[in-house]
Amino acid sequence: MAVARPKTLRQAKASYATNSELAWWIFMRVSGLALIFLIFGHIFMNNIQINVSNVDYAYVATRFSKGWVKVYDSFLLGFAMLHGANGLRYNVEDYFKNPQRRFWAKLILFSVVAIVFVLGVMTLWAFSFEEMGDAIDALPHGN
Amino acid sequence: MKVNVKIKRFNPEADKRPYWAEYSLEVRETDRVLDVINQIKWEMDGSLSYRRSCAHGICGSDAMLINGVNRLACKILVRDLGEVINIEPIRGLPVLKDLIVDMEPFFDSYKAVLPFFINEDPEPPTERYQSAEDREIFDASTKCILCACCTTSCPVFWTNGRYIGPAAIVNAHRFIFDSRDQGADERLQILNQSNGLWRCRTAYNCTEACPRDIPITKAIEEVKRELLWRRA
Repeated sequence: MAVARPKTLRQAKASYATNSELAWWIFMRVSGLALIFLIFGHIFMNNIQINVSNVDYAYVATRFSKGWVKVYDSFLLGFAMLHGANGLRYNVEDYFKNPQRRFWAKLILFSVVAIVFVLGVMTLWAFSFEEMGDAIDALPHGN
Repeated sequence: MKVNVKIKRFNPEADKRPYWAEYSLEVRETDRVLDVINQIKWEMDGSLSYRRSCAHGICGSDAMLINGVNRLACKILVRDLGEVINIEPIRGLPVLKDLIVDMEPFFDSYKAVLPFFINEDPEPPTERYQSAEDREIFDASTKCILCACCTTSCPVFWTNGRYIGPAAIVNAHRFIFDSRDQGADERLQILNQSNGLWRCRTAYNCTEACPRDIPITKAIEEVKRELLWRRA
């Protein structure tokens, strides 16, 4: 339900009780700063230390089998998805006036974010790159 | 010099929707926009409606959207605008007639932040002392004239009229950072809601629009930080 703008202290207090906006505001600042370093580190490792045209399955599989890369990329994934999702949530809150549409827009947004996040985490932590790497190496050349 | 003035007009008793009225007139380049619309009203079309009072940038009555920017008609000269002048009512508030908008939602937000001095201590025999340094902290936010240029230039306010708006936050800032005032916690509670402080997306439109040059976005960020430190 849309809550009217509070006109008295009592109304304001009522709408103040369940508010996580301060926490999100801090999160946006912290994650934004962390993302600057995480993304530039990522670009440095995958675009400067190695020529992009040399990035193939073997390179990615070797990289993802390292523990610290899994941790690094998990932070990158988590911060980027949550930072982006919260930014989109701000837009939904601002531009969807109808409470029902706002609810559905947020539901779809959070679902997509959750699916992408889970797929990303599964790829990072549950997928055996070593095994797949061996299998691909065993294939005849040219395939 | 000759100017072409287009004014977005609306008479709720006769018009279904607002329309642009055009006026061509001879003015001096040192005239203010307020002089131009006065000339239109007094010499060309007496039905044109707008608010004005002091005409010296203090009362804050004649805020309007002039060539795409919220300004006071009494503070902008014709020579700074050129020959084409487009005037609309400020956005986001219901238009009552021509350039007159309903300011009540704006003042409701203003009232909500308790814009008055709160101190329950018994009055001291002399003064409630405040150092020049302490006064300096909120100096800029004392300059607000409640013209609504900032709030009605805010893109969040346009799409969501429930947002308390920059003007109310600036006026809360004026008392929150006053060393003699004791109502800061109450005001911060009022602002700490999703339609309060946290709707601000730092678009900076308010800072650009303010005819009193108040660094509004900075004031809003200071209030956000104050809330953070007090909650931490």
